[in-house]
Amino acid sequence: MVAIVLVGHSPELLRGLRAMLAQAAPAVLVSVAGGTDGGALGTSAPMILAAVRGVLAEAPDGAVVLLDLGSAALALEMALDDLVPADRARVRVSRGALVEGAVRAAVEAAGGGPLTAVLAASEVPPGHDKLPDDWPANGTAPG
Amino acid sequence: MSGALIAGWLRLAASRIAAERVHLTELDAAIGDGDHGINLHRGFGALEARLAAGDFATDAPGPLLVLAGRTITGTVGGASGALYGRALLRAGAALEAWPGGSVVTSAQLAAVLRAAVDGVAALGRSRPGEKTMLDALVPAVVACEAAGATGVDVASALHRAADAAEAGARDTLPLLATKGRASYLGERSIGHLDPGAVSSALLLRALADAAAGGA
Repeated sequence: MVAIVLVGHSPELLRGLRAMLAQAAPAVLVSVAGGTDGGALGTSAPMILAAVRGVLAEAPDGAVVLLDLGSAALALEMALDDLVPADRARVRVSRGALVEGAVRAAVEAAGGGPLTAVLAASEVPPGHDKLPDDWPANGTAPG
Repeated sequence: MSGALIAGWLRLAASRIAAERVHLTELDAAIGDGDHGINLHRGFGALEARLAAGDFATDAPGPLLVLAGRTITGTVGGASGALYGRALLRAGAALEAWPGGSVVTSAQLAAVLRAAVDGVAALGRSRPGEKTMLDALVPAVVACEAAGATGVDVASALHRAADAAEAGARDTLPLLATKGRASYLGERSIGHLDPGAVSSALLLRALADAAAGGA
């Protein structure tokens, strides 16, 4: 089963998201790397590396990584550079929105989807179906 | 360039960042998210504490730079943590690849700085003129390479590199930011110094002063 790694600036944000994933897809292995080594807002390349290595050791099918903001990509890139090629080949990084992408990825992973399918599930455009089709246009009076 | 010089530089840099943290944060508040001074102070403070505690079991300059780079990548937090961490790691790797593991000539120093700055540019997908730390770092490398070609000593080459970095940082004032969070501001980024360029110049000045015996 494919694992999920959540990377972000806030430990609290990622803890909350992990709890949501545990409810939606309890069988899926989820690891988080949020905040700096000292728990401040930010990202930590060593913490990301440890999170990715941790899930890869348990999940032969690989892992999809999701980010909260683009600035996390720099630390993520540094972390992935330190993986051995066989491990790096089992990691995909998602361009999807963190919350929706992670929930979709976890559900796909729980269904046994391969790495490519879990990645694709995570990259559905943000807001894709967050609101119903008949939701009134912004600025119009409520029906 | 001994391990003692590297350690002295990192301590001097930590104390100057502590002194400048409010200024750096104010610069960042104008065009970024207002945490540059706080982040660097946290990371270099952690580095200083690890040096003081003897956590780094090496006196060799290359391995010391690598350990410092890992500390910075784990503790600074923002994009600057990854970028400065990458610079230190690449400089350390360049030094370790050298016979004897140290810099003796200014031409060698220029090659180490070039490796570090190329690492920053590649990770940030950036180039000079985009209102980033590269606007200080690249002129510093160019000045150091010119100094290396004329055969001046390492301390003099570092002095020229720091001068060039400070001039480059000042020259970010009229630039339009096209990278990082400052780019969200578009033309409102014009008329502000780039905090990353200012901190880069601070770090290079600290290195020059440490090499000149000021550490």
